[in-house]
Amino acid sequence: MKLVTAIIKPFKLDEVKEALETYGITGMTVSEVSGYGRQRGHSEVYRGAEYTVDFVPKIRLEAVVEDLDAASVVDVIVKTAQTGRIGDGKVWVVPIDDIVRVRTGERGEGAI
Amino acid sequence: MTLTSLAMAAPPTPNSGDTAWVLAAAALVLFMTPGLALFYGGMVRTKSVLNMMMMSFISMGTIGVVWLLWGYSEAFGADSSGGWIGNPFDHFGLHGVLTATYGTIPGPAFVAFQVVFAIIAVALVSGAIADRAKFTTWTVFTVVWATIVYFPAAHWVFAFNKFAANTGGWIANGGFFLHGHGAYDFAGGTAIHINAGAAGLALALVLGKRLGFGRDPMRPHNITLVMIGAGILWFGWFGFNAGSALSAGPLAAGVWVNTLGATAAAMLGWLVVERLRDGHFTSLGAASGVVAGLVAITPACATVTPIGSLIVGVVAGAVCALAVGLKFKLGFDDSLDVVGVHLVGGLIGTLLIGLLASKGSPNGSGTQEGLFYGGGFLQLGVQAGAAFFVLIFSFVVTYIIGWLLHKTMGFRVDEQDEAEGVDQTEHAETAYDFGNLFSGSRIGHRPDHPIRTTNKEEVDA
Repeated sequence: MKLVTAIIKPFKLDEVKEALETYGITGMTVSEVSGYGRQRGHSEVYRGAEYTVDFVPKIRLEAVVEDLDAASVVDVIVKTAQTGRIGDGKVWVVPIDDIVRVRTGERGEGAI
Repeated sequence: MTLTSLAMAAPPTPNSGDTAWVLAAAALVLFMTPGLALFYGGMVRTKSVLNMMMMSFISMGTIGVVWLLWGYSEAFGADSSGGWIGNPFDHFGLHGVLTATYGTIPGPAFVAFQVVFAIIAVALVSGAIADRAKFTTWTVFTVVWATIVYFPAAHWVFAFNKFAANTGGWIANGGFFLHGHGAYDFAGGTAIHINAGAAGLALALVLGKRLGFGRDPMRPHNITLVMIGAGILWFGWFGFNAGSALSAGPLAAGVWVNTLGATAAAMLGWLVVERLRDGHFTSLGAASGVVAGLVAITPACATVTPIGSLIVGVVAGAVCALAVGLKFKLGFDDSLDVVGVHLVGGLIGTLLIGLLASKGSPNGSGTQEGLFYGGGFLQLGVQAGAAFFVLIFSFVVTYIIGWLLHKTMGFRVDEQDEAEGVDQTEHAETAYDFGNLFSGSRIGHRPDHPIRTTNKEEVDA
């Protein structure tokens, strides 16, 4: 099993979610996060005083998937979340040792 | 005793139209204080929103009580000191006011209209000390400052001879060094805005800068609130200025139009400066320009022509837009620009009367004209004298009050509380519940035939 984590632009969330559902992913966890990469932040002006805002709002989307699906899921996310402009985000994959469905106590792939 | 002065003062029956307008205007002006709470509250960070709003709100509590007890009497009671202060015991508890008639309105209508001015004057000061004041000390300050600084200033400026009492204040009636020439301050450029601005500067100096001032970005957390607040202030300000006619007629109507003109021009003035200097029209700039224009036209609304009001507005908008940057250069933390907007705007309005006062104004043919209308330097000198006297008086006395409170009760929260946020430490509340991730999203359709083929199990979720 793999944990796929994606950092994407907030307005892309609905599209990515739909694409993942279409692919067949049955669940995901989403959080509002802030961060920056090579694009850095942006600047804002209040009453003439300029501020740089380093941390840009992003969405972190996480889904645990079967090994066979990981590459395809990454492709779906990248294809959907891509705008081609700076700040599109990142996707990474890490292995998972075990997973348990809390309601039934099922373990492993059956619990995904 | 005042009963004799009351009997002399006015016709026996109030005019119902005038009374209705003044009562409605008083309610409009009261609404400005919650408007100010929104205007200020949106400009601070999420950790001190409620404290910022409460500093305005508490003024409705403390000053509302103090006004009925001794405030009204101190501002408008019989004056035996030659224009400096009314006798606080004369109308203590509004004794003798309920049945009186002042001008064409009942005594209590005048009391109502004036208390809402006192409330907002005090609330305005709080913008200078955002994020760091002890709430208890601020609450005590509101009472002490109103009693020692605002009520006397209101007496000087708003108490006309033979209106509520035989002898009124020196600025309105040309006493002291004014030699018989009263200053024009229709609705409180000196008593309220210069006064609150100078007091804000004094408190900002007593309390010192916020942790991280000039280093941390202290961005306004919600400019939507700021714009709603500015809208409410503009709405209420029609009561503030046009209500100050204390009658429902041509004077009030003319003042209403001037209040619109100056405010509109000030918004444009501020925005043009921002566009040229920073490259953008900002919404905070539009809201701030509105307030700067309202402040500047407050003293001038009765004594300038509609064209004059546009000039007052555009000058105030442009100059205040530049003035709000001063705190970074001079190094004082007037957090929400009480000095840059209220002190500077109040001075602009009060002084421009000396140039622009005209017989073509709502005040009409009795007006002493300003320099540009052939009236010479007389009125300009009077305006400057009144403005700078109030400025210095307010700054010095407020500094002393603030310093004494700081040395006794402590005016500033400790560093850890300030870093954590005064909403939690002073009020045990937070403005926003950050527990909910999303407010909702589009309802998606689950596909009948997923592309993925490894799915072994139907999920009942």
